[in-house]
Amino acid sequence: MPIRTEPMTVNVGPQHPSTHGVFRLRITFDGEEILEVEPILGYLHRGSEKLAEERNYVQVVTLTDRLDYTSSMINNQAYCLAVEKLLGVEPPLRAKFLRTLVAELQRIASHLVAVGFFIQELGAFGTPLMYAFRSRERILDLFEMLCGARITVSYMRPGGVFADAPPDFWPALTQFMHDFAIEFNEFEQLLLENEILLVRTRGVSPLPPEMAINCSVSGPVLRASGVNWDWRKMDPYDAYDKVEFDVPVGSHWDNYDRFWVRMQEVRQSMRIIDQCVAQIEPGPVRLVDLPLVIRPEAGAEAYGRVEASKGELGFYLVSDGGIAPYRCKIRSPSLINLTVTEHLLVGWKLADMIVSLGSVDINMGEVDR
Amino acid sequence: MNCQLAADNILFENALYRVIYDAVGSFLPCWLAYVAAGLAIMLILVNAVLLGAALVTWFERRLLGRFHNRIGPNRWGPFGLLQPIADLAKLMTKEDLIPAGADKITFSLVPLVMMAPLLLMTAVIPFSKNTALANLNVGVLFILAIGSLTTVAIFMAGWSSNNRYALFGAARAVAVLISYEVPVVISLLGVVMVAGSMSLANIVQAQAIPFLLVQPLALLIFLTGMSAELNRTPFDVAEAESEIIAGYHIEYSGIKFALIFAAETGAMLVVAATIATLFLSGWVGPFAEYIGWFWFLLKTLLVLFVFVWIRATYPRLRVDQIMALSWKFLLPLSLINLAATTLEVFFLRDSAGTLATIDLWIMAGINIPLALGCIFLFGNLVPENAKVLSVRPTTVVVPAVATVEVR
Amino acid sequence: MYGLAMAKGLMVTLKNLTKKPTTVQYPEERVKQHPRFRGEEFVWYEERCTGCASCAKYCPLGIIKIVTSPSETAPKQGDKYRLEVFDIEIQRCMFCGLCVEACPYDCLFMGSGFEQGKYSRKDMVLHVEDLRQADKHPSTFFRPQLEASGYDPRGGRPLNWREVGRESWRWHQQEKSGLRLEHSPVDTAGSQQESN
Repeated sequence: MPIRTEPMTVNVGPQHPSTHGVFRLRITFDGEEILEVEPILGYLHRGSEKLAEERNYVQVVTLTDRLDYTSSMINNQAYCLAVEKLLGVEPPLRAKFLRTLVAELQRIASHLVAVGFFIQELGAFGTPLMYAFRSRERILDLFEMLCGARITVSYMRPGGVFADAPPDFWPALTQFMHDFAIEFNEFEQLLLENEILLVRTRGVSPLPPEMAINCSVSGPVLRASGVNWDWRKMDPYDAYDKVEFDVPVGSHWDNYDRFWVRMQEVRQSMRIIDQCVAQIEPGPVRLVDLPLVIRPEAGAEAYGRVEASKGELGFYLVSDGGIAPYRCKIRSPSLINLTVTEHLLVGWKLADMIVSLGSVDINMGEVDR
Repeated sequence: MNCQLAADNILFENALYRVIYDAVGSFLPCWLAYVAAGLAIMLILVNAVLLGAALVTWFERRLLGRFHNRIGPNRWGPFGLLQPIADLAKLMTKEDLIPAGADKITFSLVPLVMMAPLLLMTAVIPFSKNTALANLNVGVLFILAIGSLTTVAIFMAGWSSNNRYALFGAARAVAVLISYEVPVVISLLGVVMVAGSMSLANIVQAQAIPFLLVQPLALLIFLTGMSAELNRTPFDVAEAESEIIAGYHIEYSGIKFALIFAAETGAMLVVAATIATLFLSGWVGPFAEYIGWFWFLLKTLLVLFVFVWIRATYPRLRVDQIMALSWKFLLPLSLINLAATTLEVFFLRDSAGTLATIDLWIMAGINIPLALGCIFLFGNLVPENAKVLSVRPTTVVVPAVATVEVR
Repeated sequence: MYGLAMAKGLMVTLKNLTKKPTTVQYPEERVKQHPRFRGEEFVWYEERCTGCASCAKYCPLGIIKIVTSPSETAPKQGDKYRLEVFDIEIQRCMFCGLCVEACPYDCLFMGSGFEQGKYSRKDMVLHVEDLRQADKHPSTFFRPQLEASGYDPRGGRPLNWREVGRESWRWHQQEKSGLRLEHSPVDTAGSQQESN
């Protein structure tokens, strides 16, 4: 006679060490296997979109810092691109290169956080996380040098960046790139072929490309599913049309590929930074014709998007001629990437659930906005 | 009164015990002296284990810090040595919570049930020449039997906490512990066979060359199995903090948590001591008559270092993979080791059934290549698709490009 | 062979064991703080302030409260106002620096500290008297003329209003024509190679 069993419902989060913030999953388990998943959001809702309607166009930059706080620079960039499209202006060339450079630095920092926590969730006690954060700290130091803050940078402004890099930034950047190449090699040696990592992630929670496209997934998750899609290539913004880089694409669509794509993207970002440093030329960094308080013409609309570290980050702005946007819609990649949660988790085990969630790399600041 | 300890008493060989016994025996009745001396030496042992557990906590945290390129705890006392004391003081002042719906008696018993086997295990370990509390002639069996009692405590904790995460942890722990008992026991049979005795003191004496060389496979299996039984990375599924937060001891707080934690680190210490005794020739070393304890401590520290090193490096395996490792990898290996050792002992022993040093060297010469070969063989049995990595086919699906109008 | 990468991983951690820790012991040692750091206590030069309240208008959170009255020292009526209230609610401040950016007279600077923890919310408001009396270690955030002088707010002496420079708009003009950039990355890369 078979033993009678019954499913067990467990609340994972909002206070759980591995849900990347205040994310809650109500999961029904059969033993260790997942039967049902119900994601519950909204614990970190701060009303960023509504707040943006109360602030003028430059002040909104400070709000974008707080969306995905592991990649503030890229958020700034997306918003500033949207405002520039709204006004129909172009930032100076040096500003474009500076933006590209800091966005790629931020992408490295963000991917290091993602990969570090991914391994932490696999159960490595802190070591890879600490190594990742060791490098990330150096990047944040560079940001402090550049704009006076480490996380909430507010570096970019519509029409450029607020100030040029200080003279000691460039030697520090060269030094960092030199050290980081060594540290990242070490990091790859520690992780990339580790057998435990492989058996834990290879073949787990595959996301087929059709499903990924249908769910409007973007960023490394989409590329790990074998879709070659990167806004930096498809619709180059800032200085991305002047640099060369490859888009790593996964072939097994699983957790390992999502991890692998991020590791490779860090390498590509390093390439882009080197090219930016080689190509950047003296010049103004901000459109000085642009007043501090911007008034676009009434009825203007614009959608600015970038390839953020987590996916396509877009700002849709509508102007009514006033000093504040009439509407500011944020397309946040983390929220939309979460639509595949159920597909990724159901049928897998509790331990894989945490890892799959980590491989999507959500950030609750961006999900709940 | 003049008391004499019988020569067949298991405490007879303990030098310290006899000193105390003779001292108190001069003015107490013999039965009382026997009990009093026993209590005194127990007090020493219990405190040593608890203090040792505290120091192991410090050692592990410091070392992990250095592995992480951090400094680690360094505020309290020289090099932060008093950190465990500070932690203990903090934990003692915390509220001792018993969750609603918990089975109160079972819940409160758990720290004791975890602590007791650990203290019992230390009784048979020879720290130096003639210093084991009891030179038990079934020492190895005793350690294995008592050591697996921890399972009961873990399951009690998971069951009585009335918490689903705790239940996950307990179920995982029981499954893992039970499957790892088998290869661990079989691997130690080889050691016992070579030494010709189950008494730990005799095993130490028998190690003319450390059994690390004679029984490399057994060491590997024992180390792996014990990592699993101690819930240490990469087998720490029972308290996987990234999955089930703290596993079976999620609901424990205050002094109960301190005791459980001390029991865990203490178990690590005892297992390290056991490995040092069984495989690294225990207290044997230059001037062992005088500083045997030093060699013993050094070897224990070495094993502890390996434990911490592994913890600092590896991610965690999944439960089913841990089971697979036990049944598909460790069990066959331990059987191979057992068979090889049996044959070697059968052919090499002399008429009295003992092995000379040269025989041990011969066995080492056979067993080390055997171990490497087995690991190589089993390493290559793993399916190919799991190990590939650098060169990857890219099957690229590019969706039809939707025309995006940007104003 | 399976298991080789695991051994490699062990070697990596062992190598890192022997490295010097990257962390520092905070209260005794500190990491280097860069001059542009956007710190807590604001530096305000009353001599320059006209009471225009641009900072208050530009603050995204509206935490700056300014009350003025006509100043007797002003050359002519309406040129300059006396500040009666200048409250900055530091507890809500997010240190974005937009107030500093908005100041047309270069009289408001970011500070350089970050250790101003207080026990009461009342104490978390910077009043006009605090701003007047504070030691003035201005951050070089958005003040390129100060940055060009090589001033380091941590460790540098307090500056008075004559020393912090006042050329914000001229800088903008220069930057527009690309004159201000003596330090291009190409130069620094070249000097790096020479030193190597």
